[in-house]
Amino acid sequence: MNTEVTIAGVTLKNPVMTASGTFGSGEEYSAFYDLGCLGAVVTKGVALTPWEGNPTPRIAETHSGMMNAIGLQNPGIELFCSRDIPFLKRFDTKIIVNVCGKSLEEYVEVVRRLAGEPVDLLEINISCPNVKVGGIAFGQDPKAAEAVTRAVKDAARQPVIMKLSPNVTDIAEMARAVEAGGADAISLINTLTGMKIDIDRQCFALANRTGGVSGPAIKPIAVRMVYQAAHAVSVPVIGMGGITCASDALEFILAGASAVSIGTANFFNPYAAPETIEGIRSYMEQKGVSDIRELIGAVRDRA
Amino acid sequence: MPKRILDAGVIAREKLAEGIFGLLLEAEPIAAEAAAGQFVSLYSAQADRLLPRPISLCGIDRERGTIRLVYRVAGAGTKEFSELLPGEKVRVMGPLGNGFPLKGSRPVLIGGGIGIPPMLELAKAFGGRAAAVLGYRSERFLETEFECVSRVYTATEDGSFGTRGTVLDAIRQEKVSGDVLYACGPLPMLRAVKEYAIRENLPCYVSMEERMACGIGACLACVCRTTETDAHSNVRNRRICKDGPVFEAREVEL
Ligand SMILES: Cc1cc2nc3c(=O)[nH]c(=O)nc-3n(C[C@H](O)[C@H](O)[C@H](O)COP(=O)(O)OP(=O)(O)OC[C@H]3O[C@@H](n4cnc5c(N)ncnc54)[C@H](O)[C@@H]3O)c2cc1C
Ligand SMILES: Cc1cc2nc3c(=O)[nH]c(=O)nc-3n(C[C@H](O)[C@H](O)[C@H](O)COP(=O)(O)O)c2cc1C
Ligand code: FES
Repeated sequence: MNTEVTIAGVTLKNPVMTASGTFGSGEEYSAFYDLGCLGAVVTKGVALTPWEGNPTPRIAETHSGMMNAIGLQNPGIELFCSRDIPFLKRFDTKIIVNVCGKSLEEYVEVVRRLAGEPVDLLEINISCPNVKVGGIAFGQDPKAAEAVTRAVKDAARQPVIMKLSPNVTDIAEMARAVEAGGADAISLINTLTGMKIDIDRQCFALANRTGGVSGPAIKPIAVRMVYQAAHAVSVPVIGMGGITCASDALEFILAGASAVSIGTANFFNPYAAPETIEGIRSYMEQKGVSDIRELIGAVRDRA
Repeated sequence: MPKRILDAGVIAREKLAEGIFGLLLEAEPIAAEAAAGQFVSLYSAQADRLLPRPISLCGIDRERGTIRLVYRVAGAGTKEFSELLPGEKVRVMGPLGNGFPLKGSRPVLIGGGIGIPPMLELAKAFGGRAAAVLGYRSERFLETEFECVSRVYTATEDGSFGTRGTVLDAIRQEKVSGDVLYACGPLPMLRAVKEYAIRENLPCYVSMEERMACGIGACLACVCRTTETDAHSNVRNRRICKDGPVFEAREVEL
């Protein structure tokens, strides 16, 4: 049985990775299982300099989901390169570094700094709804998205995944824009901007007022967007949004995702990723599928 | 050390006061490693309530392999736990965070409201050396158990028992003295205790609270502000779930 998939020339042993920001740099979850079972680890977004992030409360629970406004707290690229990358190198998995920035120049600087590092892929976050400058500003305008993609691609040594925001009217247009900019792959969805109000205290649940909604509640929207994006571009698509188990992951794969990321599910089931990998294998066995690639985009209309 | 998440059997449930409940859980692997001041994450059986409810360890019995949690019904999750019956299971992860460091020869343990439970295991760990200062709104709970393991001073807001007022009023009125302070309770109380510790030049350990998602240090939801740049985060933030929940009061902004 083959579970290998290839993203921009990088072969993953299986299509399951972790979603940026939900898994740190893997250290905490390595206390539960060997990270070597994963297709890849995607790290928390890293910027040029350390960012403090937003005030607390940074999260709130919602029905079958949660909202977060962490605000991209990160230790800056230098500490990340000297501590987090060497840690991840100890495991037999691919390393995908998620990059954030407040300006086009900052993205480019971080990507340059990573050029000599043993990193397999870069994921560029142009879709964070929780920072005031940068982030989503690039992710909601096709022209800006294309421009960041091009600038990053010019500076990057590793293949580039552009991470798209669902907070747009036409996801296909955004997908095509980053493909035109030279993206080697795209990933989606980042969180959907939401708001929660505490009616007892008549105040916002989050200090940031708004936050990004994630978890099972957003899955149908994510599957739809992955389907639309996969049909709009020819580069591989990495799907995410509410995946908790193999059947969720398989929906994304059938919709057109070459790989999937598990985010919020890690919080209530630290074993969500390895269980998903196992579950995909049993599904393939049951359905007599010998190569996972047969499943990618294989969804069809009801007979 | 491998982390643990397990379905713990409920041995007993108790009601300690209005809205305050206790759970005795069979969780041998957690009890074996746990220390006073650490906490566990409790998970709802309801699939739409995703996030863990962090609850401090109020009791640890290594021989019996049990842990005891005492909590206030604050919302849907804690309400669900308060309805658990003996024989049922609840998903628990732990032990999490760092416990209280055991310092000094005359420790003073200060608990306010639902910050009182973790102080009980700490009082036991000090083997009778500690003074416990307990602050209640009105109805008291766990007080008699503290009396078995420490000297007890009580304050009630309504003056129905002990000193009328706050834990600090009790400390002043009863002239409670010691060489190290431990505190858990509402933020205004922690602020007052910190101020007192600075004035009296005493070391002071506080246990902090924040909303949590992962409970293990990965998501950066639960940070508190620190006075110095933290080595891990590289900014003035520390994770309450992993680097805390216990901090030296001078290291954090309250
Ligand atoms: C380290 C730590 C130890 C704690 N120990 C105890 C204890 O021993 N006894 C006790 O009664 N309470 C304790 N708490 C507070 C307890 O976690 C909350 O009361 C509980 O999570 C409320 O859940 P709920 O579903 O009933 O309320 P809801 O308001 O419905 O919860 C909604 C969400 O907000 C979170 N939340 C709400 N209040 C708090 C809070 N104060 N702190 C953190 N998250 C919160 C919940 O976990 C949940 O994700 C502790 C909190 C922390 C951080
Ligand atoms: C707490 C938290 C932090 C996140 N941080 C980042 C981040 O730093 N960079 C990024 O590109 N996406 C970040 N995300 C978005 C996730 O990677 C993912 O796209 C989104 O949560 C949807 O997947 P899920 O429903 O499986 O969580 C974060 C999500 C959460 C819940
Ligand atoms: S709850 Fe995730 S870092 Fe503390």
